[in-house]
Amino acid sequence: MGGSDIERLIQALARLPGLGPRSARRAALALLKRRDVLLQPLIEALAAAAANVRSCSECGNLDTADPCAVCSDAKRDGGLLCVVEDVADLWALERSGLFRGRYHVLGGTLSALDGVGPEDLRIGGLVRRVGAGTTREVILALSATVEGQTTAHYIADRLKGLAIIVSGLGHGVPVGGELNYLDDGTLDAALKARRPL
Amino acid sequence: MLDWTDDGILLSLRPHGEGAAIVAVFTRAHGRHLGLVRGGGGRKARGDLQPGNLVQARWRARLAEHLGSFTCEPTRAVAAPLLGDPLRLAGLSAALALAEAALPEREPHGRLFDETHGLLKAIGGGPWLGVYVRWELALLAELGYGLALDRCAATGAREDLAYVSPRTGRAVSRAAGAPWRDRLLALPPFLAGGGGATDEPSPADLLAGLTLSGHFLERLVFTGRGHRLPAARTRFIDRLRRSATISSSEQA
Repeated sequence: MGGSDIERLIQALARLPGLGPRSARRAALALLKRRDVLLQPLIEALAAAAANVRSCSECGNLDTADPCAVCSDAKRDGGLLCVVEDVADLWALERSGLFRGRYHVLGGTLSALDGVGPEDLRIGGLVRRVGAGTTREVILALSATVEGQTTAHYIADRLKGLAIIVSGLGHGVPVGGELNYLDDGTLDAALKARRPL
Repeated sequence: MLDWTDDGILLSLRPHGEGAAIVAVFTRAHGRHLGLVRGGGGRKARGDLQPGNLVQARWRARLAEHLGSFTCEPTRAVAAPLLGDPLRLAGLSAALALAEAALPEREPHGRLFDETHGLLKAIGGGPWLGVYVRWELALLAELGYGLALDRCAATGAREDLAYVSPRTGRAVSRAAGAPWRDRLLALPPFLAGGGGATDEPSPADLLAGLTLSGHFLERLVFTGRGHRLPAARTRFIDRLRRSATISSSEQA
């Protein structure tokens, strides 16, 4: 097939999430066939992202500015702080447009298996931030998994004593979800979180 | 083709590639066993594949030395009801992390499987902390390091056992151990004579029991392999200590 440079490009693309060797070959071929329209702009975008995108020193979000656009937006409610595991979760909440407070990205969850302890996450920074700032409520938007909720309880403990509300996301039936297809754990959570109508 | 089905307790799940996961399942007849679950890393399977859940596990592989693939049919969701209870969740994580780290792979431990099953049932509701401590002692016994807590090593007495030798793991009566009590480990009453009491022990006794089991787990199981006790266990004990402090200050 192609020379070593093409192979290298295919291998690099195949390492991206969502792409396997076959789709990487298709992407590489498309890039090489349409150099001006696809390849060159991609090279420029990658170079710009590599040079300019950094982690926000305040919240851990990725942006070209530090503090990031979310942290420097004066219209946001500085009293609400939403704690998420990863930048992808922050972006998901931002896509929804439902939350107008600020964020704190932990960088993962406590994990006995992977040896991730509190010192490996941005928990110390969160405690300092909440202790020093104007935060009224911390929303722990962490996964409804054993590791996610273990981390949530750990953070709630660390924030005890500060004059703030610590809350967590609700668990239960997703919108559009049919009971017939739900796992037992979700049904249990939904039953426990039932409300009067 | 190797193909078996067994009752199992899901110990851990590690994402593998984009959609799959490598899971560790503690099975009744095949011990701690790893296998690949196709689609196990996806959203649909995530709820069923939470650590602590009971599953009907089917393992298939062409050769015994292969990783093989699992299909796990959930039989009881243990983890989900505990997500809102920090102490029980920490206890569950500690037990699973200990089992994952201490049990050898593919070696059946049917009795410990039943003990673990009982522990998960207890964690699900009612008194469970004493069961947890006894489970750690059962883990030690299953690995060949059972403690002799039913009679005094010095006098043979079965009454008033108050200490354990940190070297031999044998009980010592209060009278015989008095001269060396600073160097002995405390034996809480609920463990003396093999235990059996059904009431929840006091926080001080529970912490003494965990110190006892932790000493031998660390010395005999983990240090020998160059490992340390899992951080999940340390966090569980920290939380238990804090909750004991809170409840005693509330009573005062």
